[in-house]
Amino acid sequence: MIPEIGHFSLILALLVALTLGSFPIIGAARGNTVWMGLAKPLSALQFALVAFSFLCLAYAFASKDYSVVYVANNSNSQLPLPFRIAAVWGGHEGSLLLWALILSVWTVAVSLFSKHIPDAMRARILGVMGLISVGFLLFMLMVSNPFERLMPAALDGRDLNPLLQDPGMIFHPPMLYMGYVGFSVAFAFSIAALLGGQLDAAWARWSRPWTIMAWVFLTVGIMAGSNWAYYELGWGGWWFWDAVENASFMPWLVGTALIHSLAVTEKRGSFKAWTVLLAICAFSLSLLGTFLVRSGVLTSVHAFATDPRRGVFILAFLVVVIGGSLLLFAWRASTVGRGGKFDVVSRESFLLANNVLLAVAALSVLLGTLYPLFLDALNFGKISVGPPYFDAVFAPLMAPAVFLMGVGPIARWKDAALPELVVRLRWALGISAITAIALPLLLGNLTPMIGLGLFLAFWVFASTAELVYQRLHKAEGGWLAGIAASSRSWWGMVIAHLGIAVFVLGVTVVKGYESEIAVKMHPGDVAHLAGYDFRFDGVESRNGPNYSASHGQIQVSKNGVLRTVLEPEKRLYTVTNMPMSEAGISPHLIHDLYASLGEPLDGGAWSVRIYHKPMVEWIWFGCLMMAFGGLLAMADKRYRLTKQAKAASVSQG
Amino acid sequence: MKRALIPFVIFIIMAGFLFKGLFLNPREVPSPLVGKPAPAFSLPQLDQPGKTFAPKDMLGQVWLFNVWASWCGACRDEHPLLVELAQSGVVPVVGMDYKDTASEAKRWLNERGNPYLLSVVDADGRVGIDYGVYGVPETYVIDKAGVIAYKQIGPVTLASLRDDILPLVKRLQAQ
Repeated sequence: MIPEIGHFSLILALLVALTLGSFPIIGAARGNTVWMGLAKPLSALQFALVAFSFLCLAYAFASKDYSVVYVANNSNSQLPLPFRIAAVWGGHEGSLLLWALILSVWTVAVSLFSKHIPDAMRARILGVMGLISVGFLLFMLMVSNPFERLMPAALDGRDLNPLLQDPGMIFHPPMLYMGYVGFSVAFAFSIAALLGGQLDAAWARWSRPWTIMAWVFLTVGIMAGSNWAYYELGWGGWWFWDAVENASFMPWLVGTALIHSLAVTEKRGSFKAWTVLLAICAFSLSLLGTFLVRSGVLTSVHAFATDPRRGVFILAFLVVVIGGSLLLFAWRASTVGRGGKFDVVSRESFLLANNVLLAVAALSVLLGTLYPLFLDALNFGKISVGPPYFDAVFAPLMAPAVFLMGVGPIARWKDAALPELVVRLRWALGISAITAIALPLLLGNLTPMIGLGLFLAFWVFASTAELVYQRLHKAEGGWLAGIAASSRSWWGMVIAHLGIAVFVLGVTVVKGYESEIAVKMHPGDVAHLAGYDFRFDGVESRNGPNYSASHGQIQVSKNGVLRTVLEPEKRLYTVTNMPMSEAGISPHLIHDLYASLGEPLDGGAWSVRIYHKPMVEWIWFGCLMMAFGGLLAMADKRYRLTKQAKAASVSQG
Repeated sequence: MKRALIPFVIFIIMAGFLFKGLFLNPREVPSPLVGKPAPAFSLPQLDQPGKTFAPKDMLGQVWLFNVWASWCGACRDEHPLLVELAQSGVVPVVGMDYKDTASEAKRWLNERGNPYLLSVVDADGRVGIDYGVYGVPETYVIDKAGVIAYKQIGPVTLASLRDDILPLVKRLQAQ
């Protein structure tokens, strides 16, 4: 009964979404305040219905209702409760429901925190989000119903894919979806601006916190996924340029460009059409990501079972949403205007260059992801594009972008003087150049890539330090007053930029200095790597709730002093009969020691892989710093509601 | 206006490719081995490790060469079909137990039935490299002269048996 109620609730939600997507938008065009006023209550109602439907599905999982096909396919009676709940989004249908739920959360959030936005614009924004919701609810009800029944009911479920039975599964997808779907807000703001023909500094100020919030979620979501792959896949990699990873990375790149472009639009009134185009692209790429995962056009570790009807539906939806909004852009872009003029050497120019580099990087990732498909469609044969392409294309594009990060914040708006910039940045340049050469010589491995990576990381550190120093140095009333006087969004930028430096440093060091061995070890054997001794103490059998495991112990010591014990595990999930390895990791600021069990060999021996990963944790720490910087920027006073109600359209930034 | 249309045009071209892509199968990889003699090997048999098997032992017959493993989830899906095929006696199936342990492989066959004329053991996956094993399971159709006529990547399904493999086997047997 409960699944049917959930299904019915979803149908009602579709009706509400249809109303939300039509009346407020028409009302805004005709100036009908009653129709516009419908947007807010309808958003709340839609959220309530979708959330209720989601709870029904979660209940079916929690109560082990194997008469529901989706539940039977994605869980098992032995699966622990937290994973049974996370299994709600472990497959195709449920993850769509999560998508719809998160969209309704964003919609209701916009309706609640938009008192200061003119009625017509708010009605259009919520209406556009309602239309997107219509697409997803229709998709679910037509070809991906999570509540479909199984007759007769299964005795037990087929279990959740063991790869997904991990705490990462509980956080990674919701975070990522919050980011993906969050860009729908920026998208809706842009469509509303195109429809209304009004795009000013106030518009940029309203859409900035929403865009930054989506970007923060996406950053954390990608970071969580990368970290999960690192310890779950068992060979120490943290990014694979897998098609679906790329699908999450492209909106991130464009979203990063968007938050910078919005800053210019807010403060200088420039880049208007470009901002709108970026907002459309960021969300379009999120939708494209969904298409790539769901349709099976590309092979990927993330791909769910494929059904051509689903692919055709999502593609049609993509054409309507993306094609429609790009046409609208072509038709109306001239009405929003292009904004003020600026000099070739100015902060605007640097930000524009950065924007273009980020957009081109996103395009090159898109090209690499779809290239095999293009060739295949043209009957040029099958190829696969792997990490070598991405490494070769991505680094040369990102290097100048990261370099500009050091220059942009120091340059003045409108027109800056090149000689003055050089003088202000000479110390940063010197320090980073010297470090880039001296440090690898000290550590004993100097390659152009290591040198470049270190240079960029220290360049961002040093130029950001210079920026902070100059700001605080000049401040009246001393340093503390200077810290307080600078806005939170400025500090957010500083921390996010330092996060990039930390990230680049981590990537450079781990790529340049990591080492690994694969050895056959009998109990008592000792392997040596990076100055550490790894003693294999054999494995013992352990049983988990739905798996049996060989639990290994490896004592790690240096110069005879015990440092840590690694406990890698090899699990066999009994229902799916799938082996999984759980790496044993000792994380540390300086380096990770990482061991994973391979195969059992004769006489109690195992094949063991041991990795030494210097500074790998910095990669994720850098991402967290970026996200924290974003949070700080969002908390800026000028985005607060009370201030905003009074704020004029002229920015004080 | 004209310049602003560029993003739209790019997107429409891309959508055209994506549409075409829906009807292509990215997992279908043409094997360079098709039309070439099956790579030679000599591997111990699973049931009698003292005896070895080589592809030339099958010369004069059409046979299927199926790569499987007890750790492979998709192998469980195709297994009942192989058992049925073996019972029908249409074509002999030789298995290659890929990167597996003998004890688990034997238990697996005991539980699910053994469709194989015999299985050879490729414990370190070396022969798998010669055959370009891409993912387990894989199935090769080898003709009377020992030439690979067909390669199926992924599990054998009812449809692939009925539409591709069995008609091909019939044709090759008639030659």
